[in-house]
Amino acid sequence: MSVTTLRAERPRGRTSSALFKAFLYVSIGVGIATLGTLLVTVVAKGWRYVDLVLFFEPPSADPQIAGARPAILATIYLGLLLIAFSVPIGVGTAIYLEEYANRDRWYNRMLEVNIQNLAAVPSIVYGILGLAFLVRGLGLGRVLLAGAMILTLVVLPTVIIAAREAIRAVPDSIRQGAYALGATKWQVIWRQVLPGATPGIATGSILALSRALGETAPLLLVGALTYVSFDPTILGDFTALPVQIYQWVARPQEDFRILAASGIIVLLAILLTLNAFAIWIRNRYQRKW
Amino acid sequence: MSDTIPGVSMDRLVARQQQLPEPSQRDVVFDVDDLGVTYSGKPALKDVNLEIYRNFVTAFIGPSGCGKSTFIRCFNHMNALIPGARIHGTIHYHGTDLYGSEVDPVEVRKRIGMVFQKPNPFPKSIYDNVAFGPRVLGMTDDLDGRVERALEQAALLDEVKDRLKASALSLSGGQQQRLCIARCLAVEPEVILMDEPASALDPIATTRIEDLMHELKQDYTIVVVTHNMQQAARVADMTAFFSVERGEEGHRTGVLVEYDATPKIFTQPSDSRTEDYVTGRFG
Repeated sequence: MSVTTLRAERPRGRTSSALFKAFLYVSIGVGIATLGTLLVTVVAKGWRYVDLVLFFEPPSADPQIAGARPAILATIYLGLLLIAFSVPIGVGTAIYLEEYANRDRWYNRMLEVNIQNLAAVPSIVYGILGLAFLVRGLGLGRVLLAGAMILTLVVLPTVIIAAREAIRAVPDSIRQGAYALGATKWQVIWRQVLPGATPGIATGSILALSRALGETAPLLLVGALTYVSFDPTILGDFTALPVQIYQWVARPQEDFRILAASGIIVLLAILLTLNAFAIWIRNRYQRKW
Repeated sequence: MSDTIPGVSMDRLVARQQQLPEPSQRDVVFDVDDLGVTYSGKPALKDVNLEIYRNFVTAFIGPSGCGKSTFIRCFNHMNALIPGARIHGTIHYHGTDLYGSEVDPVEVRKRIGMVFQKPNPFPKSIYDNVAFGPRVLGMTDDLDGRVERALEQAALLDEVKDRLKASALSLSGGQQQRLCIARCLAVEPEVILMDEPASALDPIATTRIEDLMHELKQDYTIVVVTHNMQQAARVADMTAFFSVERGEEGHRTGVLVEYDATPKIFTQPSDSRTEDYVTGRFG
């Protein structure tokens, strides 16, 4: 056999491979370019208003002295409450579905399908639910707590799905090893499965948190005010960073648009930090079984 | 038929057999009667009758799919963790029906430990692996001493005593398996079930595990599943040979073919299927 037979005789294969590669580069290019443009324009525009006034002053009719202090504080409160609500409920649901639920029972299968579907429900629908059920039905009023509860509902399916995947990733051999030593089901879950699944649960929860903090629509519906000049409380009127940005953008004066850009910088910084933290946790605790 | 299987000295085999107590003086730990297991209604194992004796090493051998792993998992209720598994017949453990309604699987697994085919150390330190069992069972007085004794018995202490806080996953495969044995010993079981404990290990590590079985049978009763006949011949006092029966529709069910003293199984089997298997004509 001569060497020539090794030469490619089907250039077509190479063309389609090159085309596919080009398509991949274009796809990733679109993503990076969008994010890059957003960052560059926002930073260029809003940078000069990212100062102590923005962090420590309440909003004002005068853009020179207007800040986002109530909005930033409320976003922090919302985030803390959200984690406090969604992680226990989400992890509890995931433990039930993975470790206890019998897949042969129709109600467990229905539960699973429901959770998958809920993850795809637009957040404004949750907002309407919050308005009807929490604000009016339960008479909670347009308070920060109602906002945190509705954001919890928005991210709960995501937290449940992430926690289930993390729990499923704990090998069965670990569970069997623990059972074989006389551990009870609860001990197996509490001492082996959950510690093994913690990095995955943490990563998923942080990503869900960062999604929730960017949500505006459901908060507007449960009554986040666009103008709050005092520090928020859990059972009081509130606004949030994205809502504040929305309010500034809607104003006619150019200065408020710049202020909106500076608010976006703060929000993006928070979200990118949270995402980076999630990636760090994932890499730090990556398990090799 | 003086050397039926290569690599095993029949003289040593027979000599070892002579040290065993007479059948009348054997202490029965497990008495298995007409045991069968079905998975989702399909029989995986049926009609098993045998007795397992105290301080013996008992080996289950046979081709893949013969139900030997299914069988060993009946002794510590591990099949109960598999959805759809059903057990028929009885196993008496020192006279108590293991599947009686008042029996708690957790109590059973305290007394009947298990070592798995693939080493499965927990992703924790060496110390915490051995201490896990005592901790969940509340045996926490002198935990350090208990961990040390378990590692000593499993012939691992010398290799790890300077790094008890190191991750168990940093150990070699053979060390990990001895760690799993130590973990099992730390809760002081009476019986140790071993499901192909050396099949994932290299020959040197395998030899160490086999030596360990010889030592451990002074204090424990050992049941071992193996697909390696030389291993059964080297370690076991009694050997049970399982085979596969094809039912209607080609469904495969495991059956116990023959159960006897190891030298007898390997030199004068009474069933032709056993002879075919141990002489390498089948399997």
